[in-house]
Amino acid sequence: MRLLYFAWLKEKTGVAAEDIAVPGHVSTVAELMTWLKTRGPEFAHAFERSEVIRAAIDQTHARPDAKIAGAREIAFFPPVTGG
Amino acid sequence: MIRVQTEDFDIGAETTALKEGRTDIGAVVSFTGTVRDTDGTVSEMTLEHYPGMTEKELERIEQEAHARWPLQASLIVHRVGTLKPGDNIVLVVTASAHRDAAFEAAKFVMDALKTSAPFWKRESGPEGSHWVEAKARDESAAARWHPGKTAAE
Repeated sequence: MRLLYFAWLKEKTGVAAEDIAVPGHVSTVAELMTWLKTRGPEFAHAFERSEVIRAAIDQTHARPDAKIAGAREIAFFPPVTGG
Repeated sequence: MIRVQTEDFDIGAETTALKEGRTDIGAVVSFTGTVRDTDGTVSEMTLEHYPGMTEKELERIEQEAHARWPLQASLIVHRVGTLKPGDNIVLVVTASAHRDAAFEAAKFVMDALKTSAPFWKRESGPEGSHWVEAKARDESAAARWHPGKTAAE
């Protein structure tokens, strides 16, 4: 599964994109964030305020309870600020 | 039509191109968003985005505008990269037979874009740089168009 990080999530994790094998017990966006926090201090810090972090599955906005099975690309980012 | 680009845009030229050869348009509304520095704290603004999803979201927003209002034509142009105060950021043009549809559709597109198109602004100034925080009033402006739904839906 390809994971992408944008804006301050990219800065805090130090990662823009990675291909990673997600454990089988991780089934939703929220669970994925919880699991990512366990990957080290940078990830724990980046996902500390997980309630404000938004996600997209295959380039479509996804809620925390969205299932990740079958996803090719999951992105994490802060609330958007364009326009 | 939607475009994401680093270069500037010419509002007059874009509007002229949109109307070219058409006689069924009676109202053209354009909105331009520019880099603001009201108190000398912003010397640069850098816009990051999510290539691929950005274009998909802008196209989805444009399609929704066309589904909701009788629009003859529309254009969304959003810049990315590093900009300076006064520079153009975003252009929305909506064209319709009558003004109400064009005005309302332009506001809808901007409200939707502000809360769902994956762009992030980072401001730099004499005191360092920071990511711009999303505003609650943008969420409530966007939610107004979808009564009964929450902003993230």
